[in-house]
Amino acid sequence: MKILICISHVPDTNAKIPFKDGQPDLNGISFVIAPYDDFALARAVELRDETKGKLTVLNVGLADTEPTIRKALAIGADDAIRVNAHPHDAFYVASQIAAIAKQENYDLILMGRESSDFNGGQVHGMVAEMLGLPCVVPCMKLDLNGNVAVMQREIEGGKEVVEVATPFVAGCQEPIAEWKIPNMRGIMSAKTKPLKVVEPVAVENYTHITKYEMPPQRSSVKMIDKDNIGELVRLLREEAKVL
Amino acid sequence: MSNVLIYVEAENGAAKKSSLEAVSYGAAVAEMLGGKAVAVAAADLSADHAGELAKFGADKVLHFGGTVNQSSEIAELVAAAAQQENAAVVVTAKSINADLAVPMIGVKLKASVATNVTALPDLSNGFVVTRAAYTGKAITQVSLHSNVKVLSIKKNASGTKEYNKTLAVESFNANISASKITVKEVKKQTGEILLPEADIVVSAGRGLKGPENWGMIEELAKTLGAATACSKPVSDMDWRPHHEHVGQTGIKVSPNLYFAIGISGAIQHLAGVNSSKVIVVVNKDPEAPFFKSADYGIVGDAFEVVPKLNEALKAAL
Ligand SMILES: Cc1cc2nc3c(=O)[nH]c(=O)nc-3n(C[C@H](O)[C@H](O)[C@H](O)COP(=O)(O)OP(=O)(O)OC[C@H]3O[C@@H](n4cnc5c(N)ncnc54)[C@H](O)[C@@H]3O)c2cc1C
Repeated sequence: MKILICISHVPDTNAKIPFKDGQPDLNGISFVIAPYDDFALARAVELRDETKGKLTVLNVGLADTEPTIRKALAIGADDAIRVNAHPHDAFYVASQIAAIAKQENYDLILMGRESSDFNGGQVHGMVAEMLGLPCVVPCMKLDLNGNVAVMQREIEGGKEVVEVATPFVAGCQEPIAEWKIPNMRGIMSAKTKPLKVVEPVAVENYTHITKYEMPPQRSSVKMIDKDNIGELVRLLREEAKVL
Repeated sequence: MSNVLIYVEAENGAAKKSSLEAVSYGAAVAEMLGGKAVAVAAADLSADHAGELAKFGADKVLHFGGTVNQSSEIAELVAAAAQQENAAVVVTAKSINADLAVPMIGVKLKASVATNVTALPDLSNGFVVTRAAYTGKAITQVSLHSNVKVLSIKKNASGTKEYNKTLAVESFNANISASKITVKEVKKQTGEILLPEADIVVSAGRGLKGPENWGMIEELAKTLGAATACSKPVSDMDWRPHHEHVGQTGIKVSPNLYFAIGISGAIQHLAGVNSSKVIVVVNKDPEAPFFKSADYGIVGDAFEVVPKLNEALKAAL
């Protein structure tokens, strides 16, 4: 099976992000594979092993994303493609992925349900629409039976089981697989695995982020004595007016 | 081209509360643009309930006779309706199915898309929307340039507003292609308040020690008419179902009131809840980080505080 895993390169989720002049100041912040993409990658490695297939990792990003791509190779991807461009927005990224997928005919295109930087949750749906493929999101279990996938998908208040034949796109979340940590052999072999850099296709940009700011801060917490719970109820009704 | 098209999702025949908010949001945008607010709904919205949309700001409802169960089907329905109505803006509330339909609609209509929008757009200089980014650590202003814009809005982006409009309900026909995805089984809890729709959420963490102790959390939720939620380790250990897990890798909620009981307040948990209007934290550790992101706090043992809180609320409500 020919599998494509698309990853984004995002600030470590523990990082505090300072803002300067309406822009995030990402100096000194370490970057990781976005957590949902990391879940999808872990399952993709297992499916590649099961089907004795080939797993390609794809990232749309400038050269600074290469350590993150190498990490995906260390976790188990066979080769990598970097589309040499700033990932301007979801439509831009999806157009790049679709352009490559059109040439390569992957059986499975996996990624996370959303990135943890822009949290758009759009790329999977756009790629599927551009390629005319079915799309399953959020996929929390994916098993292959020949060319038919049985997937569990989260819905409000529960889950559903769906079946779809390859090729398709899935946006994944836990508990699809356990995050994998690269071992020494993986790290060594990742250094020599092929990483192809391709130039982007031209895409018009429809969106533009004009400003970043800190979310409004809560005023300081009001502490209530545990033996005076009636006071909390009163404050919620009269002060906060939420009851 | 200044009309606004709103996708309305229903549950048990009636429009979901989040969809009513979307109708009011769409009506406000239509007013700004000088156009009409047109809702589109499938057969899951019963004809009796279709009329209610006027009260929330719809000028017209396009009522599709068939059902749309898959995102690709929703996308086809909404795109066809948007084209018929010459819509400049398409609005939907967030939901699992609508969230995936939105990027598909964007591609179909060659539209710009903004998801998780938290406020009405600013039209003073183009079309600028506010949305959260970096899992709630930033608010961004995004300018949308294309002719058509597709927005998915978060709960409490504008709230609902009462209008006094007369509504036209029109039946609507669209060619919906059969989905390639077959649904084999649906396991859904019934009779519960759905987490993304809830005004009040009662959430508990590892501090509760085990799944057998959730009775008091469910009791409290029942008293408040609230949905229940949990932290990630709690769903990882199968103490609670996965769809209750909130946070960076779970559901993101923005209720009016969020109770966090025995949850430490890790940055990844806060990512899913920090846009709640009011946060109450109960934790036995006075140094728990969650107190820094709370509006009200009680230092105490959950096993003592929660039953007392439940009694006090029962007496007051
Ligand atoms: C990439 C990534 C993504 C993540 N995504 C999420 C996510 O989406 N959601 C999420 O929740 N977490 C997420 N996490 C995990 C997160 O970092 C924390 O580990 C988790 O939120 C902790 O859960 P908790 O607060 O329930 O447990 P703990 O950290 O163990 O805290 C338990 C709390 O309960 C208190 N307590 C104990 N006993 C009592 C008692 N009797 N009465 C009152 N209080 C008591 C303790 O003082 C403590 O504060 C993620 C982590 C990573 C690395």
